[in-house]
Amino acid sequence: MATNSQNLSSAIKNRSDIGKSLDRGFIWLTRIFALAVAATLLWIAIQVAIGAWPAIQKFGLSFLANSTWNPVKDEYGVLPQVYGTIISSLIGLLIAVPIGVGTAILLSENFLPAKVRLVLVFLVELLAAIPSVVYGVWGIFVLIPILNNIGRWLNTYFGWFPLFSTPPTGPGMLPAGIILAIMTLPIITAISRDALISVPSSLRQASIGLGATRWETIFQVLIPAAFSGIVSAVMLALGRAMGETMAVTMLIGNSNKISASLLAPANTISSLLANQFAEASGLQVAALMYAALVLFVLTLIVNILAEFIVLRVKRV
Amino acid sequence: MVSHYPERSLTSASMSPRTLFNTTMTGVAFICGVLALVPLVAVLSYVIIKGFGSLNFSIFTELPPAPLRKGGGFGNAIVGTLLMVGIASLISIPLGVIAAIYLTEFSSGKIARWVRFATNVLSGVPSIIAGVFAYGIVVLTLVRLNLGSYSAIGGGFALAILMLPIIVKTTDEALQLVSNDLRQASVGLGATNFQTVTQVVLPAALPAIVTGSTLAIARASGETAPLLFTALFSTFWPNSLFQPTASLAVLVFNFAISPFQNWQSLAWAASLILVLMVLITSIFARWATRQKA
Repeated sequence: MATNSQNLSSAIKNRSDIGKSLDRGFIWLTRIFALAVAATLLWIAIQVAIGAWPAIQKFGLSFLANSTWNPVKDEYGVLPQVYGTIISSLIGLLIAVPIGVGTAILLSENFLPAKVRLVLVFLVELLAAIPSVVYGVWGIFVLIPILNNIGRWLNTYFGWFPLFSTPPTGPGMLPAGIILAIMTLPIITAISRDALISVPSSLRQASIGLGATRWETIFQVLIPAAFSGIVSAVMLALGRAMGETMAVTMLIGNSNKISASLLAPANTISSLLANQFAEASGLQVAALMYAALVLFVLTLIVNILAEFIVLRVKRV
Repeated sequence: MVSHYPERSLTSASMSPRTLFNTTMTGVAFICGVLALVPLVAVLSYVIIKGFGSLNFSIFTELPPAPLRKGGGFGNAIVGTLLMVGIASLISIPLGVIAAIYLTEFSSGKIARWVRFATNVLSGVPSIIAGVFAYGIVVLTLVRLNLGSYSAIGGGFALAILMLPIIVKTTDEALQLVSNDLRQASVGLGATNFQTVTQVVLPAALPAIVTGSTLAIARASGETAPLLFTALFSTFWPNSLFQPTASLAVLVFNFAISPFQNWQSLAWAASLILVLMVLITSIFARWATRQKA
């Protein structure tokens, strides 16, 4: 009896020694991996900055204000690309935000039977799953021919207006903006819908009880209550639109000129990278890395702002 | 005695401005919903019609043809895609799952909050930046070591960066759904943390983790931008991890912008296969999680 209990206690002690160190090792391993995931963000920034260093030294901040891109003379500036990135994203959002928020309202209130709503939510999610390059192909063969006709009409009758001052050349700012609208719509709808659904139903009931109509409730109670959620949805969509590469590269026309016309070709930072990186050498690689760094910082700012808004909303 | 009770006050007047506004806005919301679905229908129907037209069996077994020649396929691109997504999964799934275990099981609030924050921001990093990063890390290193330059390894690495945040997030959520009773029961029976996690918590969350990983794989297989200058493209069968490798997505891009009819129709066929791969995995994954819930 005595030996038995001794064995048992030593077994427990042994196991606890090895087990403890094993366990501590396991926890440390998971901790290191978790920190590694977070550090990846920093690693990307450092790596891209290192690659960009020769160009940063040579051009400094004038890189952002210069609009030449000349690999023969090694002169580089990304003003047209920055302009194109921001304008194309804004066009995309201008179209996607009203439609996306409208769809989110449709899918969060009881306009439709629950089953139909579920199917629609799923379909909108599918829109996000289609690869960017497929949107590009569709854009080239379907969207551009349609927009060309509309663009020609706009140019003939509204050519005096700066936005339509050039005849359409096929690819351009407008097709790129529209494809960005399609690609950011699911994000806006999904996140806005989450925000609208999480508004407490007592608010809804109180508003209806006071005699407000359904849409008065939506505009004066639900949207204000979900406002920060909707704003963060729009910010996340903006970040996605600025970084979107393939569809835009195939539809924007890749011209390094700034034009006020929506029908003229333009360029974005990401399509500059997609087009030139594989064939670049020497200082051009550094200049492209510098452009990538600019894009990285831009999207980082937008994404971090969006995350902060989300975090603040969650804590409330 | 005549009642002075205002009969109509409780029912809405059908022509009052408020009611009209209400009805109009409902119409607007429905129009928004329809507009949101138009692109989905338009893209899917075009891809299916055009893609099926150029689909045949040799597409899976043959190499891309020369311009203007009939026949041919993109077997090498399918193999290349599977290869690179495989490499990406080997890197990102273990790393992501273990990192997520820390977040739910062992972390104190503050570190976890920052790691989750960083993961969310990482998921917003443009895919082309992941490509530039992988170029700097893998391609340039391979050049320095004289092992090659553009390669499947580089492409796989870039895709892993894109998959990582998705996997961390879905695993994190899956683990949080595991009931605490299970953990307490396991610890109460004398199990160590390691045993609790690997034998109780992970098995319970496995279906959701598999779903999340499948979605990440589906997403990665459609990514093009990061492969443009990490894996490049090739018209031959992949025979080494250190050589330029074809992928379906890059093939769609290269062939769609080419002026040759036969390449364009291959691009449609490849688009169809890409879309089918992504859609079937998403539908299946959603269905699997909904079944369980």
